[in-house]
Amino acid sequence: MLTLKLALRNLLGAGLRTWLNVFVLSLSYVVIIYIHGMLDGWDVQAKSDMMHWQTGQGQLWQKNYDPLDPFTLQESFATIPGELIPSVESGDLAPVLITMASFYPEGRIQSILLKGISENQQVVEIPTAAFSGGGADIPAVIGKRMAEANKITVGDLVTVRWRDANGTFDAADVRIAAIFNSNVPTIDAGQIWIPLRRLQTMLSAPGKATYFISKKSELLNYSGSDWVSKDLKSLTAEIDQIIKTKSFGSSIMYVVLLLLAMLAIFDTQVLTIFRRQREIGTQIALGMTRWQVVRLFTAEGAMNAVLAALLAAVYGIPFLASQAASGIAMPATTDTMGLAIADKIFPVYSLGLIGVTIVVVLVTSTIVSYIPSRRIAKMNPTEAIKGKIQ
Amino acid sequence: MKSNQSVISIRNLVKTFPMGNREFTALNGINLEFASGEFSGFVGPSGSGKTTLLNIIGTLDSPTEGEAMVLDHSVKLLTQKKAALLRSQKIGFIFQTFNLLPVYSAAENVEFPLLLQKMGGEARRKAVMEALEWVGLSDKAKSRPAQMSGGECQRVAIARAMVKKPEIVLADEPTANLDAENSHNILKTMVKLNQELGTTFLFATHDEKVIGYLRRIIRLYDGKVAFDELVTKI
Repeated sequence: MLTLKLALRNLLGAGLRTWLNVFVLSLSYVVIIYIHGMLDGWDVQAKSDMMHWQTGQGQLWQKNYDPLDPFTLQESFATIPGELIPSVESGDLAPVLITMASFYPEGRIQSILLKGISENQQVVEIPTAAFSGGGADIPAVIGKRMAEANKITVGDLVTVRWRDANGTFDAADVRIAAIFNSNVPTIDAGQIWIPLRRLQTMLSAPGKATYFISKKSELLNYSGSDWVSKDLKSLTAEIDQIIKTKSFGSSIMYVVLLLLAMLAIFDTQVLTIFRRQREIGTQIALGMTRWQVVRLFTAEGAMNAVLAALLAAVYGIPFLASQAASGIAMPATTDTMGLAIADKIFPVYSLGLIGVTIVVVLVTSTIVSYIPSRRIAKMNPTEAIKGKIQ
Repeated sequence: MKSNQSVISIRNLVKTFPMGNREFTALNGINLEFASGEFSGFVGPSGSGKTTLLNIIGTLDSPTEGEAMVLDHSVKLLTQKKAALLRSQKIGFIFQTFNLLPVYSAAENVEFPLLLQKMGGEARRKAVMEALEWVGLSDKAKSRPAQMSGGECQRVAIARAMVKKPEIVLADEPTANLDAENSHNILKTMVKLNQELGTTFLFATHDEKVIGYLRRIIRLYDGKVAFDELVTKI
């Protein structure tokens, strides 16, 4: 307690020198929490967007379906099992049928995925209600990325070509009924969504689907031999992996920042011990042991981190709270990365994140302060009293 | 005034320091006895061993050979912790360059030894103010060393040495950085404290002003006691 009291007194007494260190260290706190909070916010938002637009509470995949291998699509649909039909009719399960296709925007040929989804589904936010009406044309919905990339607007007719179940090429015009705005690029870029029944007819694959999107996780318990259950965790594992990679990348930045702050503390400690030799000698003469003085100097360094936490709270809490409320605007190019990024990311700051950051900075500061302070234990107090450099 | 019992006893004390490949003998065969309440000083030219002897008595250093008993403790046998405890409770130091803690106020400097003794807040504040009154600096309690004159700083250093009412005060060239007027004021203060509290004062000095106040003068020359005389004051 005495050590802490004296350390605080020494630090506050040192004035500007202390506050410069404290300010640099407080920046570390705020930046680490800010970057981590942003990544956590992105994680939460990306998973939420994926759940609302793509995965639902989980999916049932036809056993041959491999989303990374489009050439398997022709073999990866199967008849919708009878037990699942009530859930499909109630809208709790959204069957999706996929085939490779081409379309011809502005005279060019472009490979796409043609996806059929049930009109009455209530699982994902793809605007399938837009499929109703429109007369004889095949209604289609596309995402804004697809629309912008190919300069397509609502009402346009686009020609699509596909192979049916027999491998025969066929073509038809589809009319764009709606353009949806989703943060999930994997349901948008290079994809055209049309009514399931129309695609089943086009492929001569009546009553078949490639996968189901489920509104309820208990529907994933279906154990038919043709279908494999994919829970939400496995479907969003890729996001976890990407966030992990991003966290590692950003960690390098705040490790550098932390190192700079630690270097400042280390340098200050070394300088302090040189400059304050007379003081060290005096403290020993007045009745402190060498190790008490080592503890005092270490505590001074560690207390930088405590003061920095307080200072960071003063300006960091309003800043971080405002960022959490207003969100961080992401550049337009970031949504081409292949995973869900909203126009704005709202950072999420957990108590764990704040606690771990404080502990890491505090422990690191203490170690960095202790290392140069050890030399005090080897000082000759009679020389130190005179201020002789040792 | 305390009784004249021995507080410091030095027998055949030798202190050597390594100096390159050979050894430098700073003190050689010192035999001295100090009674409680003495106002004595080691006098001699630079390098005569005054400060070294004071450091050994102050348990900041230990003898190479011989024995130094301070308040019934053998300096040679004291652990760092016990030596620190002895200094903290029973020995006060006054230095040539004052050695005040620069970021502390006068009161905080005086308070420091009491904090080490873990004295309670109220008693501590009272003792600090009393010590500052002894040296006539009650009005400078909140001033930092940089805001005070050399004389005032040394008076704060005296208050710091005296606040814990030690049995021995060791003063190493306490007037070397002071003008004549301040030197006399400081010395009068120390004489007063010696008489009122019975504290033993030991000086290391070659300042004639200080020598004029001493009641016992031990002249050191080349690490040996050249002569040891009691001064009869008229």
